[in-house]
Amino acid sequence: MHNKSVAELSRELESGKISSVELTREFLDRIKAEDRQYNSFITVTEDQALADAKTADEQRAAGKASVWTGVPFAHKDIFCTNGIATTCGSKMLANFVPPYDATVTANFRAAGAVCLGKTNMDEFAMGSSNESSFFGAVTNPWGLGNGEKRVPGGSSGGSAAAIAARLVPAATATDTGGSIRQPAALCGVTGLKPTYGRVSRYGMIAFASSLDQGGTMARTAEDNALMLNVMAGFDPKDSTCVDRAVPDYTATLDEPLKGLRIGLPKEYFSDQLSPAMEQQIRNAVKEYEKLGATVKEVSLPNAKLAIAAYYVIAPAEASANLSRFDGVRYGYRCDNPKDLNDLYTRTRAEGFGGEVKRRILVGTYALSAGYFDAYYLKAQKVRRLIQQDFVNAFKEVDVLMSPVTPSPAFVQGEKTSDPVTMYLEDVFTIAVNLAGVPAMSVPAGFVDGLPVGLQIIGNYFEEARLLNAAHQYQQVTDWHQKLPQ
Amino acid sequence: MTISREDIEKVAVLARIRLDEEQIPALENDLGNILSLVDQLSAADTDNVEPLAHPLDAVQRLRADKVTETNQREAFQAIAPATESGLYLVPRVIE
Repeated sequence: MHNKSVAELSRELESGKISSVELTREFLDRIKAEDRQYNSFITVTEDQALADAKTADEQRAAGKASVWTGVPFAHKDIFCTNGIATTCGSKMLANFVPPYDATVTANFRAAGAVCLGKTNMDEFAMGSSNESSFFGAVTNPWGLGNGEKRVPGGSSGGSAAAIAARLVPAATATDTGGSIRQPAALCGVTGLKPTYGRVSRYGMIAFASSLDQGGTMARTAEDNALMLNVMAGFDPKDSTCVDRAVPDYTATLDEPLKGLRIGLPKEYFSDQLSPAMEQQIRNAVKEYEKLGATVKEVSLPNAKLAIAAYYVIAPAEASANLSRFDGVRYGYRCDNPKDLNDLYTRTRAEGFGGEVKRRILVGTYALSAGYFDAYYLKAQKVRRLIQQDFVNAFKEVDVLMSPVTPSPAFVQGEKTSDPVTMYLEDVFTIAVNLAGVPAMSVPAGFVDGLPVGLQIIGNYFEEARLLNAAHQYQQVTDWHQKLPQ
Repeated sequence: MTISREDIEKVAVLARIRLDEEQIPALENDLGNILSLVDQLSAADTDNVEPLAHPLDAVQRLRADKVTETNQREAFQAIAPATESGLYLVPRVIE
């Protein structure tokens, strides 16, 4: 059962071949037996999951089931879960048990899905390798067969590794600069970052609020569509959430791709991309041509400035957001503070890890008197130039395709000594967040036995088109079905 | 682009993060590298470009000024490090 998709599991439950309690038990047993080698979960909620599964079985027996009723999944440990620890991968929140649900959490609860636990992540979602988690690094299931401990990517590395290892069929994730797409690519799973504002950020612990967006991760595009059906929608509790009708994302999966206009941004096929990776991406584009799509080169001339703009805007917003962690109302507090300033400065020095502190300091610097115009305002202007590039590209084509990462999963420890080397991992994903458009990562081959992700970028609110394109590709390829040894 | 020891100490005070002496050389290096990366922005021509704060240029919604939430003080204070009589405790501020 653990190799089946959400859609398949839902049908098995509906047919009565298996109960949710049995299914939940099977996945919990797998987590118990196997997660020691991956460390993809921070918290496993066994008792709650079994109780929820029992309720789901009763609902189904009473004829009150939805697609998700009784289907196991997991939440990235950034989504607040009422009564269940929510750590954001940080010592600062290691003891934090939220008294409320995030909107995304409440939506899955209402749909009857069974949450098995909370997945590991880079601390406060800052990282591209899952090595900055206070709860230890996550190991990618790919490469382990050769004895190599590779990163799963980040920051949603726990969600991606858990799905790749078949410990859950689906998991929530978030993406501020690539944190869904990059780990999905490195772990060979399918992930979607929706349009900014499509999914509520209420109860999703904030990193950079003008960029953060909750999204989906699963093996298939169809399962991503099922997840987005639950997650998307207007929420008055999130002031930047967009009030716009939500389509049924599964309804258009089967539409033919004939006439789809694909643009290949030439800046994303640069010399940063390894030839072997480029070959896989070009092969994937050829499959799309066979499906009736047309292909042309396009340009995103300001994309080269995306990392620079991001590393002003994201740290600046992080420095403001993370000022709430002061040791007073919740979370970590240092021992024996001698005065209020000592309470603040020691709580924050002891509670935050190295990368989080670096970003807070950079952000504070960029926002400080005398530097605001040169850094923050300048970065926001460049952000508009980057956005305009996408607006112009989508006048000519329906979707953009590119690699997700310049190379496949790297070995743990390889990029931890220099922050900037790690930042360059997101060179193809970051501009999407600055523009706020939706994008997916779809498994599209292997290099040296490691998964390669194809990035498909769409115009604002065109998630359905992306899911359709990914689903059709998955009907003619089986990269997404491959299993790590 | 370099950042001085004095700048780092000043920013750490603003950010309320205590730094130990031995952390500063590594931070000078790391923050200097990050600021060098960011320096690419200065080459961009942004004359007459409006800064972008929200990708869809949305503005804050307004709502009626009425109470919609219930008081959950007990639930919130149950997870606080130190409380007394419904108040959050911090070290003495006024001698």
